[in-house]
Amino acid sequence: MREVNVKDLIPVVKKLCIDANYYMGEDVIAKIKEFKEKEESPTAISVLDIILENYKLAASEKMPSCQDTGIAVCFIDVGQDVHLVGGDFTEAINEGVRQGYKDGYLRKSMVDDPIIDRINTKDNTPAIIYTEIVPGDKIKITVAPKGGGSENMSEVRMMKAADGIEGVVEFIVDRVRRSGGNPCPPIIVGVGLGGNFEQSALLAKKSLLRSLNEKNPNPKWAKIEEEILEKVNNLGIGPQGLGGRTTALGVFILSKPCHIASMPVAVNVQCHAARHKSAII
Amino acid sequence: MEVHLTTPLKTEDLEKLKIGDQVYITGTVYTGRDAAHKRLVDLLEKGEELPFDAEGQVIYYVGPAPAPPGKPIGSAGPTTSYRMDPYAPALLDVGMKAMIGKGPRSQAVIDSMIKNKAVYLAAVGGAAVVVAKSIKESKVIAYEDLGPEAIREMRVENFPCVVANDVYGNDIYKAGVEEYKR
Repeated sequence: MREVNVKDLIPVVKKLCIDANYYMGEDVIAKIKEFKEKEESPTAISVLDIILENYKLAASEKMPSCQDTGIAVCFIDVGQDVHLVGGDFTEAINEGVRQGYKDGYLRKSMVDDPIIDRINTKDNTPAIIYTEIVPGDKIKITVAPKGGGSENMSEVRMMKAADGIEGVVEFIVDRVRRSGGNPCPPIIVGVGLGGNFEQSALLAKKSLLRSLNEKNPNPKWAKIEEEILEKVNNLGIGPQGLGGRTTALGVFILSKPCHIASMPVAVNVQCHAARHKSAII
Repeated sequence: MEVHLTTPLKTEDLEKLKIGDQVYITGTVYTGRDAAHKRLVDLLEKGEELPFDAEGQVIYYVGPAPAPPGKPIGSAGPTTSYRMDPYAPALLDVGMKAMIGKGPRSQAVIDSMIKNKAVYLAAVGGAAVVVAKSIKESKVIAYEDLGPEAIREMRVENFPCVVANDVYGNDIYKAGVEEYKR
């Protein structure tokens, strides 16, 4: 049994919040450049140039690449041989978020209730925290700040087995079509298949943690991801919805077994600011 | 076409704009998001005055990040505009001439732009540092309690955007997609 003081998690979470918002992943930057080479619309090319310039400036100026620095979504894999001591685990994660958003000059975007008062909590807490118990004696923390614009274009649909793969593909493509320019294309399409109602949504969110350099390890899904990507880019939405051939940079599918009566499908739309950083303690 | 405009905007300048034109705005820009819009429209419904003179002015849909030391503003890219659609026509009716945001507008807003000879300009979503560099001064003028959603008066120089809806009802979100879909 390895003892870890929860206070040691605070500076790690703080740094991950800041780094995710300041430094865009190399995979995203490389993929935007790759699509720019193939882009046909002059407006789209100039938009992609501005996006690339922005990522460069964000890193050099140490400013968040997007002003919507998001909800702090934290995935935490806790090794089963770790004994957490020194206080409240959830409060420690929230304290890391609080410090990161304050000291990193990140925007505080959380309101205390969704409908009635909507008063800003002023420190971007509470974070959304998903913990999983895994083998080993390490803790892996991933912070994935998620903006509201792309999150608002996401959807879960309880489909029928009879809808088949064609029905699922059509739903995903249609979700992107209906999103148009709203979620800040070029987007990444996160798809969760199977499980149940809430697990499909979580799978879709988790799928977005993959690097754009990695293919789906399952060749069957890898092929379907490529087919969906082609269909999505044939919609013509283009960067920012102004028209073009670059609507999505990638499609990521995660699937799980499901009930004989069900076929849940979740689409979590990710804007081009696909932010996630990890650390292992 | 590249066009440089100075606020307050004049109808005759806006009549020359076509969708797809690159526009650089210099002058004063007011900011507002959902919560601030609701309050502004509530004021108009009660027959009260807005916290700024709307005539010929530009409203930018943004909730900026806090200003780091030595900078006038933090990252400040556009937010998604459709959430302001229910409020936008009322502001155009009292003289606002341009909206800056991202993503398509409703037919009601487009109709109001035709009626009021106003335009909608798209800034690049997620290009928040590029936009921040064109903002030279910023101060909160109303609704400080809303935090990032407060109304700010900004002085901008060559704020970059693209004409998304012109005064004639053209819509780049429809025309652009038509051109590149397969």
